Amino acid sequence: MRRLSGLAALSLIPVAVLGVFFVLPVAGMIAQGFWPEGEFDPLAVLEVLARPRVHRVLWFTVWSAAAGTAISVLLGLPAAQVLYRLDLPGRRAVRAVLLVPFVLPTVVVGVAFRQLLGEAGPLGILGLDQTAIAIVAGLVFFNVAVVIRVVGAAWESLDPRPAQAAATLGAAPWQVFRTVTLPALRPAIVSAGSVVFLFCATAFGIVLTLGGVRYSTVETEIYLLTTTVFDLEGAAALSVLQLAVVVVLLALTQRLRTVPDPTLERPRPTAHRPTRADVPSVVVTVLLLGFVAAPILTLVAGSLRVDGGWSLGNYRALDTSGQQQALLAPVTDALATSLRTAVDATWISLTMGLLVALIVTRRSLTRAERRLRGTLDGFFMLPLGVSAVTLGFGFLITLDQPPLDLRDSPMLVPIAQALVALPLVVRTIVPVLAGVDDRQRQAAASLGASPLRALLTVDLPVVWKPLLAAGGFAFAVSLGEFGATSFLARDEHPTLPVVIYQLLGHPGELNYGMALAGSVVLATTTALVVLAVERLRVPSVGAF
Amino acid sequence: MKSLLISVVALLVPLTACSVVGEQSDNPDQDGGTGGTVVLVTHESFKLPQRVERQFEDESGYDLQTRAAGDAGTLTTKLVLTKDNPTGDAAFGIDNTFASRAVDEGVFADLDVELPAGAEKYALDGDAADVLAPIDNGNVCVNVDQTWFASHDLQPPTSFEDLADPAYRGLFVTPSALSSSPGLAFLLATIAEYGDEWPDYWERLMANDTLVVDGWEDAYFGDFTQGGAHGSRPIVLSYDSSPAFTLADDGSSTTSALLDTCFRQVEYAGVLEGADNPAGARALIEFLLSDAVQRELPESMFVFPVVDGIKLPPAWEKHARQPDSPYRLAPAEIAANREAWLEEWRDIVTR
Repeated sequence: MRRLSGLAALSLIPVAVLGVFFVLPVAGMIAQGFWPEGEFDPLAVLEVLARPRVHRVLWFTVWSAAAGTAISVLLGLPAAQVLYRLDLPGRRAVRAVLLVPFVLPTVVVGVAFRQLLGEAGPLGILGLDQTAIAIVAGLVFFNVAVVIRVVGAAWESLDPRPAQAAATLGAAPWQVFRTVTLPALRPAIVSAGSVVFLFCATAFGIVLTLGGVRYSTVETEIYLLTTTVFDLEGAAALSVLQLAVVVVLLALTQRLRTVPDPTLERPRPTAHRPTRADVPSVVVTVLLLGFVAAPILTLVAGSLRVDGGWSLGNYRALDTSGQQQALLAPVTDALATSLRTAVDATWISLTMGLLVALIVTRRSLTRAERRLRGTLDGFFMLPLGVSAVTLGFGFLITLDQPPLDLRDSPMLVPIAQALVALPLVVRTIVPVLAGVDDRQRQAAASLGASPLRALLTVDLPVVWKPLLAAGGFAFAVSLGEFGATSFLARDEHPTLPVVIYQLLGHPGELNYGMALAGSVVLATTTALVVLAVERLRVPSVGAF
Repeated sequence: MKSLLISVVALLVPLTACSVVGEQSDNPDQDGGTGGTVVLVTHESFKLPQRVERQFEDESGYDLQTRAAGDAGTLTTKLVLTKDNPTGDAAFGIDNTFASRAVDEGVFADLDVELPAGAEKYALDGDAADVLAPIDNGNVCVNVDQTWFASHDLQPPTSFEDLADPAYRGLFVTPSALSSSPGLAFLLATIAEYGDEWPDYWERLMANDTLVVDGWEDAYFGDFTQGGAHGSRPIVLSYDSSPAFTLADDGSSTTSALLDTCFRQVEYAGVLEGADNPAGARALIEFLLSDAVQRELPESMFVFPVVDGIKLPPAWEKHARQPDSPYRLAPAEIAANREAWLEEWRDIVTR
């Protein structure tokens, strides 16, 4: 009983935050659909679900997200091994650069993709522009980094000895992988896959930009129904559908995410020099990097073009206000705003994520307790699976009365971004924390360590690196977040992605060039900050 | 490498030292300024130079707070959803395609502001005129790349019919009516021209290999030959003011707008029902109609003033020509048919 009340106390803060900033707004918005004109009328909502169009939209959402997830996992696994287990020069830099797609505005990426795939592009002959394949490729481009980072973080702290033992006993490399490494990585892979699926299923800009009018997902349909057609019943029906799909997915992954065999000791695995057996992984990684790099290089090249020649003019223009005052705030100010917001979003999501991870990974004594932890685990994934439009309008109609009169608070933007980053943080930390043998904590406790001391000496050393990785993630998510950010009311301080969209809102070669240059600055800043964060070390932890 | 990282961190620390949390000190609500605060709810294209906003504050004694977010559709939905507890005092940015919905829902209070000369031309019909004041206008028009047509020895198109002519096959790109406000305006223009026959026109347009993309940005910057990425299509849907932004070195414009293909968009402002500061909201709307704001509109928001006798910037004077009789549809008709039109349009373009 005391254990359960302790669990409740620990989970109080994250549950309350999620309740106020997620459950309440989404419920409020869905209620608008179920109670049109104040009368409860669920039939109107059910009718929406019977529309053939809704079925097509749902089917496309599910299969494109599933395809995007499967390809991200298949390509991400070898890359995770190469970038986290092999001793290759520059792997840290490559890991940081792989986060770049996360922060690039989708319109800019869309234009870059279409420069490659479009009628006039080098790959135009494939006829992929405005096809489902282009959409899936776009989803992989944005999300493969999630697989690499989440699985890589787990792989890096995996005890190498079982694999070595298997190899010594004569297992071929792929046998070792299949029978030893893969099972140990399964929780991380399932974690990453479920996050990627949610990201893909709620992708918005990239579907519209690369798919044109031909393809709609549940997310784009909710946006259309809410803001253009004003069909709140339809939007509510789709939001409920979205929630249902997410809950089913989370229930499925919960079963697959069993904890690997605990190991008593965790020697620090060292990266090894690449051998012949690593060649296939290295080849896949190089191809993957080429795929991710192509649109980015197109973008960088575009940012350096002025009047048909090469120039830094677009970059020099960034601290001005654009062609004929397209902007009020120079891009440099917007970058500062973005960084400040990202700092807040990062600490909020890390604090909450760590609490959640601690709660859900503690060993359960009873089945009810395990179920409770599992439910909590899934609960914190939900913000990823629900439309930003539903959440954004929900803020406006539910957080408008004291004591929760928060809709105009400047903290709303970082909190919304933190909610988006939270599942990534949780999914990065949980597989690692879950791998810690609870007997270590029990041993620490029986030797007289307080719970805090046990946490610092047993859990922190293991979780430190994944925590930094998660921090980099959260930071990048916040820097690049556009949906919720553009939606929430703000004063005169726009973030950089918002400014890039403003630049793209008006004709003029310089405005376009500045938008590309701004994207490159955003991407470079992200990569450097992530690189710097991952180099941070706590001395005592490093010595562990 | 290490020193580079250290310098980056050293650079970032002062930037981020004060996060948003530590930044809430200058909240104008607590200023106790002479007349209190006026909150303007608007879309993210709203922009005025700071000196103009300051001029309003100095002259009226109110503090101006701007809450800009989303596009015109988002703004309309937001105003309707929050009509019982509005998020501000005045709203700007409802256009003629969204006006009736907001007015019918009772979002706005009586305006009681006198329109300056010229503005009455843009006023809404009926009761809506009592609650919404026109502030700016612009036209969505088909634009052509003059240089492309000159080098291909082809006369540029001039009409809707030309766009469906096989001579111009595969040359036109337009944003989607579902996700883009100029895209919707173009659909409305064809409906105004062809009446009930518009689906037939769109079928011919699509048969002529018209490319429909998501947003105006994708069409103009991605596919238009004079856009940033130098695409492959020399005819694009854009605005009447766009030619003022594509100047060659000799001062001429490389593009022009086809003035027989234009749909007029007017943006309105109104006082929100239930506003905390209706007097301040009225003062703000009068200021938006004053010369001080009207002459800033072209360079700040890329739209034309509604008030007579406002001097335009030189590039606009020369290259941004406005159509004499653009297409128009009654806001009530748009509101009544929007969903059905969009559904039919989507069927045609995705067939």
